[in-house]
Amino acid sequence: MRTPAQLAEIWVYLSASPLLGLTVTLLAYQGAWWLSKRAGFHPLANPVLLAVAALVLLLTLTGTPYATYFDGAQFVHFLLGPATVALAIPLYTQWPKLRAMAGPLLAGLVAGSLTATVSAVAIGKLFGASEASLLSLAPKSVTTPIAMGIAERIGGLPSLTAVLVITTGILGAVSARFIYQALGIADHAVRGFAIGVASHGIGTARAFQVSEQAGAFSGLAMGLNALLTALLVPLLIPLLRNWL
Amino acid sequence: MLGALTILLVFQLIGEVLAQLFALPVPGPVIGMALLFAALALRGGPSAELRDTAQNLLQHLSLLFVPAGVGVMLHFGRIGDEWLPLAAALVGSTLLTIAVTALVLRALSRRAEAAEK
Repeated sequence: MRTPAQLAEIWVYLSASPLLGLTVTLLAYQGAWWLSKRAGFHPLANPVLLAVAALVLLLTLTGTPYATYFDGAQFVHFLLGPATVALAIPLYTQWPKLRAMAGPLLAGLVAGSLTATVSAVAIGKLFGASEASLLSLAPKSVTTPIAMGIAERIGGLPSLTAVLVITTGILGAVSARFIYQALGIADHAVRGFAIGVASHGIGTARAFQVSEQAGAFSGLAMGLNALLTALLVPLLIPLLRNWL
Repeated sequence: MLGALTILLVFQLIGEVLAQLFALPVPGPVIGMALLFAALALRGGPSAELRDTAQNLLQHLSLLFVPAGVGVMLHFGRIGDEWLPLAAALVGSTLLTIAVTALVLRALSRRAEAAEK
């Protein structure tokens, strides 16, 4: 049996290697996935939310800095790129239906994208958020790397934007089903597209849990909204400034 | 599996290079997605291998957001100071965006269907 001092040495060794950050990420996610599955994939048992909460608790309790954790977790983070490219496959499968709905989809996209930016900034202002926070809120409905790029360009805080983006994703994934039930929206194409506009990849992950059709429409909405928001927000911010 | 992963990475790489080269506002992976879609349309669909790999990757898309989500711990200070405006803006805006997008889309696709009949 090793002495406590030797155990501490093992801890020092492990906490300096990427192995630990990567392993705890996968363990936390599998635990969260198991819980979510046991809850019948109920939207409130969101796997991202559960895994993030468990990891934040673990890192806080062990006094591990985020940068140390991310050294290992970056291997998982990296896969976001190839996963985004892979969205082309469900998009291809659903193409006939997408093309038939092209006009309404485009109108829904523009309405949703404008609502996302304007309402976030307006509500934040109404409740007295600081200017840096308001600018970081503006691109919160699009996928992390683009949102961070937009925040930087308009004078927000990119790393705060990343957190707001993830929170928006979780909120959309958790609440969408209840909104659709209240509004009586049953079509999986409409359901998928709306969650993709509002909450990017985390909404898309949720949509794939529901059906492949919802997932494909969500993936498309996420890609289109990324493009539209990147073009719109830098134009909208000066207008919003005058108006607020 | 390996072949399919290579295809995804090659398309991402082409996307990143194009994004940098032409200073595009869209990130490389989204351009890669569009290019792969065009390639699939030309070729007449994905191979079984590519379809399986994509399905595996997308089934656990949630996992890939976990590392960035843990970054919330860097912002506990600001979130503590401004929790009310931030929470109100995020909750209000997310619910509104989902509702507005879904309602506009449903209203217009119903009108398109009615026009066809």
